[in-house]
Amino acid sequence: MQNVAIADQPDHLHDPQTFVTKYIYSQDHKVIAIQYGLTAVFVGLVALVLSGLMRLQLGFPDTFDFIDPGAYLQFVTMHGMIMVIYLLTALLLGGFGNYMIPLMIGARDMVFPFMNMLSFWAYLLSVIVLLASFFVPGGPTGAGWTLYPPQAILDGTPGYDWGIILMLASLAIFIIAFTMGGLNYVTTVLQARTHGMTLMRMPLTIWGIFTATVLGLLAFPALLVSAIMMMLDKTLGTSFFMPALVSLGENLDYSGGSPVLFQHLFWFFGHPEVYIVALPAFGMVSDVLATHARKNIFGYRMMVWAIVGIGGLSFFVWAHHMYVSGMDPAFGFFFATTTLIIAVPTAIKVYNWILTLYRGNIHLTVPMLFAIGFIFTFTHGGLTGLFLGNVTIDLPLSDTYFVVAHFHMVMGVSPIMVLFAAIYHWYPLITGRMFNERLGKLHFWFTFLGTYAIYLPMHYIGFLGVPRRYFAMGSTDFIPESAQSLNASITVSALIVGLSQLIFLYNVFWSMRHGKPAGHNPWGATTLEWQTPDVPPRHGNWGPELPQVYRWAYDYSVPGAEQDFIPQNHPVSASEQTSGEHEERNS
Amino acid sequence: MHWQPCADFESNTMTIQTDKNSSYAEPGIGGMVADWSADKQNFDLPWGKLMMWIFLLSDTFIFSIFLTGYMNVRLSQTDNWPNASEVFALEIAGVHLPLILIAIMTFVLITSSGTMAMAVNYAYSRDKRKTVILMALTALLGASFVGMQVFEWSKLISEGVRPWGNPFGAAQFGSTFFMITGFHGLHVSAGVIYLAVIARRVGRGYYEDKGYAIVEITGLYWHFVDLVWVFIFAFFYLW
Repeated sequence: MQNVAIADQPDHLHDPQTFVTKYIYSQDHKVIAIQYGLTAVFVGLVALVLSGLMRLQLGFPDTFDFIDPGAYLQFVTMHGMIMVIYLLTALLLGGFGNYMIPLMIGARDMVFPFMNMLSFWAYLLSVIVLLASFFVPGGPTGAGWTLYPPQAILDGTPGYDWGIILMLASLAIFIIAFTMGGLNYVTTVLQARTHGMTLMRMPLTIWGIFTATVLGLLAFPALLVSAIMMMLDKTLGTSFFMPALVSLGENLDYSGGSPVLFQHLFWFFGHPEVYIVALPAFGMVSDVLATHARKNIFGYRMMVWAIVGIGGLSFFVWAHHMYVSGMDPAFGFFFATTTLIIAVPTAIKVYNWILTLYRGNIHLTVPMLFAIGFIFTFTHGGLTGLFLGNVTIDLPLSDTYFVVAHFHMVMGVSPIMVLFAAIYHWYPLITGRMFNERLGKLHFWFTFLGTYAIYLPMHYIGFLGVPRRYFAMGSTDFIPESAQSLNASITVSALIVGLSQLIFLYNVFWSMRHGKPAGHNPWGATTLEWQTPDVPPRHGNWGPELPQVYRWAYDYSVPGAEQDFIPQNHPVSASEQTSGEHEERNS
Repeated sequence: MHWQPCADFESNTMTIQTDKNSSYAEPGIGGMVADWSADKQNFDLPWGKLMMWIFLLSDTFIFSIFLTGYMNVRLSQTDNWPNASEVFALEIAGVHLPLILIAIMTFVLITSSGTMAMAVNYAYSRDKRKTVILMALTALLGASFVGMQVFEWSKLISEGVRPWGNPFGAAQFGSTFFMITGFHGLHVSAGVIYLAVIARRVGRGYYEDKGYAIVEITGLYWHFVDLVWVFIFAFFYLW
């Protein structure tokens, strides 16, 4: 039974010409990727503005009349939800997954292009439903991005009526969109690789995206089910998550439900979600580091197994988010152990990145700066994760700004650093032009130093015990006044970092027209996406013949070779020196 | 029906040359290793079929989580849980028969899996007529299952069972019942439509060139829905 990609079929969809077939009804993975990417960046900018508003309130309380406690909680909720799901998940998998998978494995397109297109349109619908909640009576939900019941659906929480319903509906639509895309990514990686592209020759980018997609397909069901159950609690008055309670002096009709059940379901999704975001970032940063250090990735096999291992372990650590939830304390021991075990493969990855840089021919290009920045931010975020993974240390730190600082370093700043690295790295391929190097470096230093100016002091005020999600600290005995000055300083830094993203946007749009033409393979990369006949690649990617792969993805600075890189589709020549490592990986 | 377009790509005409990897036939661990270190394809399966398997894995998680949630809610109940064999009993001709409707429904659904398996067999031997008849029969059995479920729901509703409460005991009995059987019923209904669409295409000769793997893919989904029912039956009605 043979399968033929749509681009190889004598079909009118091949090389579409009109505006509608090219941009609206497009089944080309590259166009869909850009649609995903632009939508995600747009909605991410909304979330960035929301975080600026939150910081204004925290840094300068009693100054801004339009931010009341309800609005503040709504900003917190929407900022978190948008950043985690609608920006990071969508941009890393829907954007980079779509663009990179077929190009890097030498396929012409995803295996089911039509479904891929539906995936984007469903994603767009979920974004529209989400943004619609800003305009309904009561506004968006203010329940916090974790949407914990019972407060999420009870009077007193902002947006408890329309807002939460739209949020749950939007999540359900997003999961449908993700499933349609995710099935495509997994099947494409498994079944549509080109000649010679064995699994162990795939670039780590593909390994990261592939594993993250599998995680998504198995973790999102938990979110879907909990969204359905909470929706029924809200609309039909069932009591899955709702215990008997008195609200605003009234006995409610709910009885017998379990709020902790929701937390289990939510975090069974929520923890793998961290790795759905992190694993593609791990993969992409590996490729950026190897390319710009002109050196093969250190320990390729270990990197692959670490990605797979982290993915598997991520399903057994969820309750470390729930040490203070009132679950059986004995569980804490189990989940602390698994949490600390997951640090092992993660540490292997960090060491391998550093050893890749060691004695490399490092080019401090903009993508490389962001990739090295990632190693810093990720190490810091990871180390505070070890603190919080231990029950005894977590209990006093729970729900303080220490937690906020931790997860922003590890799954906010770090994946964003990789996203910037990836955007700058692949910009010449996607647009055919180079970005402005000087503006890129300016953007890097503002972002990198700025994030430290924001999050290092935040760890400190967390240690002081300042609780998260509070509208204002008020006058509290155990919090010194100076914490407020620190808060003001964080706000100023956050606003500067937020504004400095305009440099990035300007660079991206200006260079699209005025950048100098990039030509083929400006970075001298080995992976297949740079070996296409056209830049940017046309529909069908490869012209008449698919590439043939002869080697792994990291043949940089091979002794005796003419150039300091050998693309994957170059045959192994007789004169080429065969090192021991080479033997091993081809066996 | 998002998986439907998969049928379009199982063409036998091919422009990409592939050498058939003979190691697919190798049994045991050696074969598995050969599969995983292969280029091109890891599994000797049509794309659509592999994708259906992965989708079903994801769907398995959905139903497992529904059932786990149900068990959690039921075990943490302080109210009395209604006795399923009494709630789902019917009086037929003056005889009190516990679980009789569910037994019939289960029988019908399992029979439909049998007809589906026969349809797959005839599809591969390219007997279009018998394939269409058997697929239509499968869809008909599926539709009658949904019909009986509608009867069951309306009977319970007329007895006062609601998602938010019921006269027999714990309120969560009704909540989980309507949610889980409803979600499964939606799967069966979607399957009936899926079967009807594919059967119509088979009848029109749409798959003469493309091959009949699509019938088997449809069958995978149908058997899955059937298997899920067995678990719902065991955990909800027999427990």
